[in-house]
Amino acid sequence: MTSERLDTAPTAPPQGAVPLPPLRPGPAAGREQRRAARRSRRYQRDARWSPYALIAPFFVFFAAFGLFPLLYTGWASLHRVSLHTPTRMEWAGLHNYTRLLEDEFFWNALRNTFTIGLISTVPQLLMALGLAHLLNYRLHGSMFFRVAMLTPYATSVAAATLVFAMLYGRDFGMINWALGLVGIDSIDWESGTWTSQAAVSTIVIWRWTGYNALIYLAAMQAVPDDLYESAALDGASRWQQFIHVTIPSLRPTILFTVVVSTIGATQLFGEPLLFGGSQTGGASHQYQTLGLYLYEQGWFNYHLGRAAAIAWSMFLILIVIGLLYWLVARRLRKSH
Amino acid sequence: MAFFTTRVSRAGKHLHGGRFTYAVLTLFTIGSLFPLVWTAIAASRSSARLAETPPPFWFGGNLLSNLGAAWSDANMGKALFNTVFVAGTIAASTVLFATLAGFAFAKLRFRARNLLLLLVIGTMMVPPQLSVVPLFMAIAELQWTNQLQAVILPMMVSAFGVFFMRQYLISALPTELIEAARVDGAHSLRVIWHVVFPIARPAMAVLGMLTFVMAWNEFFWPIIALTQDNPTVQVALTGLGRGYIPDQSVITAGALLGTLPLLAAFALFGKQIVGGIMQGAVKG
Repeated sequence: MTSERLDTAPTAPPQGAVPLPPLRPGPAAGREQRRAARRSRRYQRDARWSPYALIAPFFVFFAAFGLFPLLYTGWASLHRVSLHTPTRMEWAGLHNYTRLLEDEFFWNALRNTFTIGLISTVPQLLMALGLAHLLNYRLHGSMFFRVAMLTPYATSVAAATLVFAMLYGRDFGMINWALGLVGIDSIDWESGTWTSQAAVSTIVIWRWTGYNALIYLAAMQAVPDDLYESAALDGASRWQQFIHVTIPSLRPTILFTVVVSTIGATQLFGEPLLFGGSQTGGASHQYQTLGLYLYEQGWFNYHLGRAAAIAWSMFLILIVIGLLYWLVARRLRKSH
Repeated sequence: MAFFTTRVSRAGKHLHGGRFTYAVLTLFTIGSLFPLVWTAIAASRSSARLAETPPPFWFGGNLLSNLGAAWSDANMGKALFNTVFVAGTIAASTVLFATLAGFAFAKLRFRARNLLLLLVIGTMMVPPQLSVVPLFMAIAELQWTNQLQAVILPMMVSAFGVFFMRQYLISALPTELIEAARVDGAHSLRVIWHVVFPIARPAMAVLGMLTFVMAWNEFFWPIIALTQDNPTVQVALTGLGRGYIPDQSVITAGALLGTLPLLAAFALFGKQIVGGIMQGAVKG
């Protein structure tokens, strides 16, 4: 952003008036005028270019650590790259991708990511919606409930998963002990497919339900009161008001949380890694997710190129899901 | 009319919650807090006591020895120091750059503003897995493996932060105030220092706390970029679970050490954090 360029900027003043000092008769007037003109020029330069200077740091960092790596991952996915010599790349064309398509563990990880994502996101958001509705009433200690429900959000994936793995322990875990009280036999949570996936999902649900409830609550508090009033006057019960007033008003927020949760579910990594303590996600890969599979291929099998191909597959899947959501959202908007 | 309105059953924020509401909320509160309380209980017991039925429901006397074991086994002192440094730096730089960019997007006019804003929002959708391979290649090339800047630099800015500050400043910062400062002859830096920063301060504090919590808990990239020799808390915790026969009470003690600072922050600033998340949500 050179000053030569700046001086040719159009002279139309942006917002706000340019302060011009009152012209006083006398020998000083010419100097004053020149100074004012200079100040006005400096002002325009400042107003025209400062916005770009203000957003520049974000975009510089974003380009260096977000956009460039994103594109370079695509490039690396077309190469053979070993973890031992990460700077030596050997052209491989689409080899990494064709290998993935034949790889049963890739499909297994994709399937697991999908099921775990589904059984963690759907109950989580439904419960959050219900909780937000309850939190929207006038309550004693409402701030206490909100803070308490947000507390799991402050707990890291690592800490939460290590503790939940113990709670789900086969022999001495608290959950099997509680099930024993009601006469259910001990379950080997970690070794089963459904049980391990359900266990991993509860960690996700535990950490994020309160957070989503607060987001819904915020949106509910923005719903105008007269909508409820007229619904009530029309004889709608509280449940009908929830279905016909609250939910439609929350539609953008719900879509937002669905998108964010979907992105989160695609990246699921820490929970399945630490639940059983290995990158395979269980002895028969029964809860290995795509994120974990990427980690295994890149950092345990040393195939960074293949890891990059998995990353780009995740990207493509996200784009497809995004398009689906967009179509659904458009359809919903049209139908109303 | 007054008679009628008292009769209709109306949902929403003016109605008192009934017994059912309190019961359900209490249940969920217990569900939210129990795993944390149990972490503290398990960390205060011996490993042998954890391998009994029923599992312990109350505190024992081994807390200090378990915390000590976690401290030395997992390099916890260094991990905590590293994490405070990493999360603090990330939070400070995120808040600074987000405030500057958020102010520009909220109050200044410039070409391609909406397009650039759309780009900022779009970047929130990109998962970190997508950049991890090139980032790893880069830090290997620069010989930054195991060094904290490898974790800090990629997280110095946040699209969410820019958006959060923009949404706050749109309504909190009166445009006339900027114009008045301009009329007085203030250039951009002065306007930012004397008008924008003071008004943005509450939102900056909230964004700082949210970013700190997020950076403290960051897991995926640190576990690739760092090792147990120079870990963050999250990396150190994975080391605790990896022993041949993992000592369960030491693991929970480590989890407690890694979580306690944030829980303390929640106890102190919980209200502000809740307010910040809700504020970011309404307008987001």
